[in-house]
Amino acid sequence: MPSLKDLRNRIASVKATQKITKAMQMVAAAKLRRAQEAAEAARPYSERMGLVLANITQAIGGGGDAPALMTGTGKDDVHLLVVCTAERGLCGGFNSQIARLARDHIRRLLADGKQVKIICVGKKGYDILRRDYGSMILERIDLREVKTLGFVNADAIARKVIYLFGEGGFDICTLFYSQFKSVISQIPTAQQIIPAGVASAPAEATVGGNAVYEYEPEPGEILADLIPRNISVQVFRALLENAAGEMGAKMSAMDNATRNAGDMINKLSITYNRQRQAQITKELIEIISGAEAL
Amino acid sequence: MIMAEAFQFELVSPERLLVSEQVEAVVIPGAEGEMTVMAHHAPVMTTIKPGVVTVKTAGGKEERYVVFGGFADILPSGCTLLAESAVAVGDIDRADLARRIQDAKEDAADAKDDQSRSKAEQFLAQLTTLESALLAA
Repeated sequence: MPSLKDLRNRIASVKATQKITKAMQMVAAAKLRRAQEAAEAARPYSERMGLVLANITQAIGGGGDAPALMTGTGKDDVHLLVVCTAERGLCGGFNSQIARLARDHIRRLLADGKQVKIICVGKKGYDILRRDYGSMILERIDLREVKTLGFVNADAIARKVIYLFGEGGFDICTLFYSQFKSVISQIPTAQQIIPAGVASAPAEATVGGNAVYEYEPEPGEILADLIPRNISVQVFRALLENAAGEMGAKMSAMDNATRNAGDMINKLSITYNRQRQAQITKELIEIISGAEAL
Repeated sequence: MIMAEAFQFELVSPERLLVSEQVEAVVIPGAEGEMTVMAHHAPVMTTIKPGVVTVKTAGGKEERYVVFGGFADILPSGCTLLAESAVAVGDIDRADLARRIQDAKEDAADAKDDQSRSKAEQFLAQLTTLESALLAA
């Protein structure tokens, strides 16, 4: 049975913890707003990029001069997985959800006899995947030092991937990240970026595409310039969605933690009061029985 | 002077939408030479090189932006410029520009085959032209 003093200490420490989680929740809320704004600001670019890409592929009409990044190598033996997670924990199941999706994917690929390579973006995913698939991890990209996520960060990752592809390092590249639906729901997603599936461009994307374009330089050349850029954009979008998702998950995790701490304080206070009452009663009994003995 | 007809112009960088407004004319540093776009321009799609985009708004103001590569999608009804990175000329960071030039130099030095080397050197030349143009301004 803990003494009154122990209980008092416990309550004080839980209260301190609650203050911290509360503060973390508020910080996450502020960061979430910023991350959401960034994600929204980046949307026009990727939308228009999709439009332009749809137009130009239509113009080329799937001709033979489409770059390899689009058509792929024609094999699917070696898979590269780019797993994007957060740099920090304390955000509920956010990181483990992404890692689980990636792990299921890896297991399936390995069962089919494919070769798997992994690039980890973010420390947490690396920590989780290292245990089982350490030998497959080519590289770990650290974004811890990055204060505000810029396009340059995404571009650097995309460049690495494209370079590897140029070297013949893999046939198919899949990007793993969490789609930001709302504060309480982030959906881990796998998206194939190489070969780029442009065919999935929405039908209305070709509005205005009936106009006959003039191309400067040749369409093939533009496309060769455009596809790598499109990959950077996809990575950038994934990183932004992840950043927003991480903050959302952190916010709800910290909200839960604050509430749990509140419950705990309530329970401890009841125990504390009960015990204090018991002690008072005990002392009274001692006094009364002492008086009676006289 | 007769007012030229206005059209919709958008300058988008991956980070955000910089400009979206009615303009009279836009000068774009196209890969194959500068071009001025006005309303009812024939549909053109072109890559752009590092340079200065001059926007003449419908209000008669002139705004200048530095872009580092990208491409432009021109339709009779409007023009969309997808820039890899874009900043207003007034906000250009000289240190950033110097860093880009340094990077380009390294790229040129590291290039493995002739094709990528000539590409990197071309990019470097464009950057240095841009820098001297900005310094003069």
